[in-house]
Amino acid sequence: MPQLRSPDQLDAFRQELSSSGDADTPCISVCAGTGCLAYGADQVIRAFEAEIGKQGLAATVNTKGTGCPGYCEKGPVVVIYPEEICYLGVKPEDVPEIVTRTIVEKKVVARLVYSDPDSGEQAIRESDIPFYKHQERFLLSSNTRIDSKSIDDYLAIGGYTALSKALFRMTAVEVVEEVKKSNLRGRGGGGFPAGRKWEGSRDAPEEVKYVLVNADEGDPGAFMDRALLEGNPHSILEGLIIGGYAIGAHEGYVYVRQEYPLAVENIALAIRHAEEYGLLGENILGSGFDFKVMVHQGAGAFVCGESTALMTALEGRAGEPRPKYVRSNVKGLWNRPSVLNNVETWANVPLIINKGADWFTGYGTEGSKGTKIFSLVGKIANTGLVEVPMGITLRDIVYKIGGGIPGGKKFKAVQTGGPSGGCIPERLLDLEVGFDELTEAGSMMGSGGMIVMDEDTCMVDVARYFLHFLSDESCGKCVPCREGLRQMDRILKNITEGKGQDGDIETLEDLSELAMDASLCALGKSAPNPLLSTLRYFRDEYEAHIKEKRCPSLLCKDLVKYYIDPEKCSACLICLRKCPEGGVVGAKNMIHVIDHEKCTSCGVCFDVCPDRFDAVVKYSGEPVPPPIPEEQRMIDRKKKKDHEQSPSAN
Amino acid sequence: MSKVHLQIDGKAVEAEEGMTVLEAAHHAGIKIPTLCFHHELEPMGGCRLCMVELDFGDWTRLVVSCVYLVEEGLVVRTRSEKVDKIRKGILELQLAHAPYSPQLNRWAEEYGADRNRFVQDASFCIHCGLCVRYCAEVAQKHAVGFIDRGVRKEISFIPEIAARECNDCKECFPLCPTSYLQAAFVLTESLAFPRNGSAKAGDSAESAS
Repeated sequence: MPQLRSPDQLDAFRQELSSSGDADTPCISVCAGTGCLAYGADQVIRAFEAEIGKQGLAATVNTKGTGCPGYCEKGPVVVIYPEEICYLGVKPEDVPEIVTRTIVEKKVVARLVYSDPDSGEQAIRESDIPFYKHQERFLLSSNTRIDSKSIDDYLAIGGYTALSKALFRMTAVEVVEEVKKSNLRGRGGGGFPAGRKWEGSRDAPEEVKYVLVNADEGDPGAFMDRALLEGNPHSILEGLIIGGYAIGAHEGYVYVRQEYPLAVENIALAIRHAEEYGLLGENILGSGFDFKVMVHQGAGAFVCGESTALMTALEGRAGEPRPKYVRSNVKGLWNRPSVLNNVETWANVPLIINKGADWFTGYGTEGSKGTKIFSLVGKIANTGLVEVPMGITLRDIVYKIGGGIPGGKKFKAVQTGGPSGGCIPERLLDLEVGFDELTEAGSMMGSGGMIVMDEDTCMVDVARYFLHFLSDESCGKCVPCREGLRQMDRILKNITEGKGQDGDIETLEDLSELAMDASLCALGKSAPNPLLSTLRYFRDEYEAHIKEKRCPSLLCKDLVKYYIDPEKCSACLICLRKCPEGGVVGAKNMIHVIDHEKCTSCGVCFDVCPDRFDAVVKYSGEPVPPPIPEEQRMIDRKKKKDHEQSPSAN
Repeated sequence: MSKVHLQIDGKAVEAEEGMTVLEAAHHAGIKIPTLCFHHELEPMGGCRLCMVELDFGDWTRLVVSCVYLVEEGLVVRTRSEKVDKIRKGILELQLAHAPYSPQLNRWAEEYGADRNRFVQDASFCIHCGLCVRYCAEVAQKHAVGFIDRGVRKEISFIPEIAARECNDCKECFPLCPTSYLQAAFVLTESLAFPRNGSAKAGDSAESAS
């Protein structure tokens, strides 16, 4: 492939690409993102290739491993174009049927399409599935349309048109102005306006400047950036090159965690392809602008997502934040002006340049424009990635897109913003999603983690989990974070173990204030959020743990005791056999009882007791009834049967 | 170098441009407590004890004075309700590691810090980093460094370098506010490079004192 030397050559090449492929040629796209690969998507892809070969269709059908379409709950996801037929949970053994029925006979395999769990109503096309219907997928929609390893696919859907436009039809200042006008705010957590950040770097006097991609996504349960890097790496690269042009940088770095091997592979491949095509390197498209990009693999520290820690790590030192009062867009990497934006922020840039700031500001709220990708996880029916316009309510995300809480359980809270975000209770579900709105509610946008919790979730335990995570991930450089979080983690652990004392809440509040006021970086400053938000909305749960030694959600192991209801126990022996401590006493036809000397409250008996008996009961904060006397434990099967059959016996 | 005029605790102070607020205060005879600052070392900004409150009229801002540079017209308060509360909290957290450090106890008295407020931890290193940074920046030997991260972070001598360099240097010893450094050195020495083929506890203790 010869290098593209001008925008005209780029357009001509794109023309060639789109004319070579017939729009009606069937294309089978299988999600090859990390989630679906874990479900066995690679076997599905191989099965398709084999079956298509076997049926002699290789010349007329394309098979693609694409990026993540987001519906991880139902992976592996297969979409067949041009009809856009969406098959969920596809296994290799389904493949021959799909090829025969759908590709050859043009019919739908009904058992593989989406079916509403309540009404049973089916949805064949991806866009008709409720999970997708309420989304606005500007960033994610390309994921299923392209082979993430193919630059030609990206070019065919209009890739690098924004770069061409920026380089040849806009000045660098105009690019910055357009981004400023769009009010694009940082998608990585801070929400700082990207345009203003760019402007600061542009205006800085130093000659050498950098643009950096923050792909150190480390929040538990969050995978937005991974999906973009894996699925559409060129969109991030294109944004980055435009950013480099806008601020006058000739070097860019992608800081990506090495735990994302596929993302590392795909972005590195994208860089190589872009170089081969003349879209990176010297004299890009003949514009005279030079730009190169390097990939740096992070070693897995959460704190390296913090801007100064990331830059310190890029410089080859231990990833610790540095104390400074000059912004890194003026003095950043190697003390030079550096624009650091998150993956999703960069991916928005080509859209803004192509469609204009006015288009972008047409979506969202007063302070938050465009769309935002969330990873919707936890106690939710439809786990996955969702891209929604800013301003959508949490309720719509949880119920319309997420399909509500599974198992008939009640919603309790949603945690947004990653580990340093906060928990938002049910009464605030109509909150509009936006940077300022979430902060006001005691949480934050963060990078877009969204963990849904149901009635079985203990909010003290949630706070303990996140504080423990953050204490573990603290770099240890400053005292309020290292020592403050250590003590908070310890106190919270005590509370969940029934060792809470009067004054603990006040001490926690004191330590939170100290961490927020005096910590060196954002990790420490925001770490108290999960604690403070749960204290704000669920203080009664803390008090129950401390004063009554009771866990209202019946979750904290040390505060829960188990009891077998003799009325319900059928002496089936299941819990007796499964108890790891040998703590269930009983025999065939003998009602089982728990030996509390041996019981460790592991909950296995509760989990294994068959639903039809439902005999194991949890107690917290109140004494467990004494075991039924030994002489009354014998079950007379015949009598019991009669008893069950005759309602009058009630 | 041009002069910068600022106000610290109501006192007019003249400082050199490029100085930190901490340096300007010390030059003017105003004491600000700090554990990790040393005039020969790059500021680390880790102990947070030197935090001061900047007064901008209708709003204030907390900054670490060992990093924040002087500005013309800056109004600094080295003591305020907020600053004192932060210092008390930091001292209490540090005292959980080194309850008998004389320096910590002197400040504890001044700021009303309770050394028994928090559950005490076994290590009495308070991570000021003076030894590590002095060895790297001034002595340029890199014989002692931090290992691990966060709550598991601790100082550690690198035996190969320490065996060669430390006995003739030990310039970092008086910098340690808790004497943990000396203990760590003696331990490393006796485990990794005992002199004359065997550990001479007496020698080590003597040289450490």
